[in-house]
Amino acid sequence: MLTGGGREDPLLDEAYRWLCRRTDAAGRDWLDEALAEVRRAGPEPAATDGPAPLPAWEAHFAAAGRRCRRTKPEAVGPQAPGDSDIPDTPDNAGAPDDPATVARVLLLHAAGVRTGTLTRLYTRGTGAERRAVLRALPHLTAGPEALHLVTDALRTNDTRLIAAALGPYAATHLDPPAWRQAVLKCLFTGIPVAAISALSRRAAGDRELARMLADYAAERTAAGRDVPTDLCHVLTLTGKES
Amino acid sequence: MRLFDPHIHMTSRTTDDYVAMHAAGVRAVVEPAFWLGQPRTSPDSFHDYFDSLLGWEPFRAAQHGIVHHCTLALNPKEANDPRCAPVLDTLPRYLLKDSVVAVGEIGYDAMTPAEDAALAAQLDLAAQHGLPALVHTPHRDKAAGLARTLDLVRESALPPERVLLDHLNETTVAAAADSGCWLGFSIYPHTKMDERRMVTLLAEYASCQDRILVNSAADWGRSDPLKTRRVGDAMLAAGHHEDEVDQVLWRNPVAFYGLSGRLDLRLPAPDSSHEGNSVLRGGD
Repeated sequence: MLTGGGREDPLLDEAYRWLCRRTDAAGRDWLDEALAEVRRAGPEPAATDGPAPLPAWEAHFAAAGRRCRRTKPEAVGPQAPGDSDIPDTPDNAGAPDDPATVARVLLLHAAGVRTGTLTRLYTRGTGAERRAVLRALPHLTAGPEALHLVTDALRTNDTRLIAAALGPYAATHLDPPAWRQAVLKCLFTGIPVAAISALSRRAAGDRELARMLADYAAERTAAGRDVPTDLCHVLTLTGKES
Repeated sequence: MRLFDPHIHMTSRTTDDYVAMHAAGVRAVVEPAFWLGQPRTSPDSFHDYFDSLLGWEPFRAAQHGIVHHCTLALNPKEANDPRCAPVLDTLPRYLLKDSVVAVGEIGYDAMTPAEDAALAAQLDLAAQHGLPALVHTPHRDKAAGLARTLDLVRESALPPERVLLDHLNETTVAAAADSGCWLGFSIYPHTKMDERRMVTLLAEYASCQDRILVNSAADWGRSDPLKTRRVGDAMLAAGHHEDEVDQVLWRNPVAFYGLSGRLDLRLPAPDSSHEGNSVLRGGD
């Protein structure tokens, strides 16, 4: 077991191996040391009154983005600092997360973080930290007690956050009205519906979703706008038997 | 012409500004935490603002092809409000975060004892967190404010080569240059500096050209988010080489904020494959 902490999780073992292929040696060494430190500290202690000192894993959680970066061969070369990688590609809707997100999920799992701490980390987190908390939910929380984090993310207009919220935890726990609104929001904001976990299973036989999609398609058509290909795809899924 | 605006308050700007900035060559910005015009009444108001600078605003910038980092601090004006000052207790946790590349804006407004305490405490916080500091020099009584600022920098754990003194002008540049700190100039339509005077100062302080930063400091007041471009154009018109423009308007901000070890000028690249990783795919 590579990930330590709570219950066995083969998906996180796979994620660890994925990460190791996509970050440099310094990033791998940092992560291994951070995970070892978290395991030595043991599971998260019960909450106490008063301000608690910052646990080591939480400092690692905050620093993961600068310690565990995606390997980019084109960034390596004889150029002077600042000459490389002038950004010219706008971030796109539904863009994936990165090794730092995986590192953060592994740290949260290794620390056995509970819902109260996840809520605090999400509420006062950067965009990247919030995405990691959302990605970690199915690995840390069996019941619906963290669903408020998903619904918070779905209220935002940050497409990366919305996409991260629609993983298997949302697929299991979101009620049908909220789930349908989430599907529609993806279509509105240009998030590929491939980001939605269990889309086929949940859409199958959903006549209310089919009505909402048809209404949205009619609204687009009336405005002289294209109907998104993804809308047609989901509409097809609703026609299948559940 | 690639441009890095090292001091701009994008929270106060529109998407049209982002579009115009990208068209002008801006590819990176740093947004310092500052006073919002409407006074805050509690640390929680700061927390929500910090969260915005770490979440929503970088997302908004990325939509327009611009990388966004921030500096966080209790600003000088609100350091005088006892309802706000306790944000210094929670600031250290925020300073750990990835896209925080300095402590700032700190400095003086009215040079009160409360401002002394907040400035000294935050210079030390910068040192403890391995961050440089962005120091605002006051609008009123600027030269005396700079002298008092430099006294506190000397007494702090932060060396001058990790301090950027901002909003400098003809009356303060000499003392700032002698201090060994980085030199920041804000270009405004009607106040602070203008691009013509900036070019004159660049010629006069050519020996400091590797530690001069120019910004628009654009905010909710009368300001212009394209002032970095205007300065670049004015430099070329005055006979500066393109490499000098690149140094002042790109490499110097990269070098200063790069002192944090956290500057990451890559936007997330589109990639729909997730390369077989089920955590990123959503495990489905």
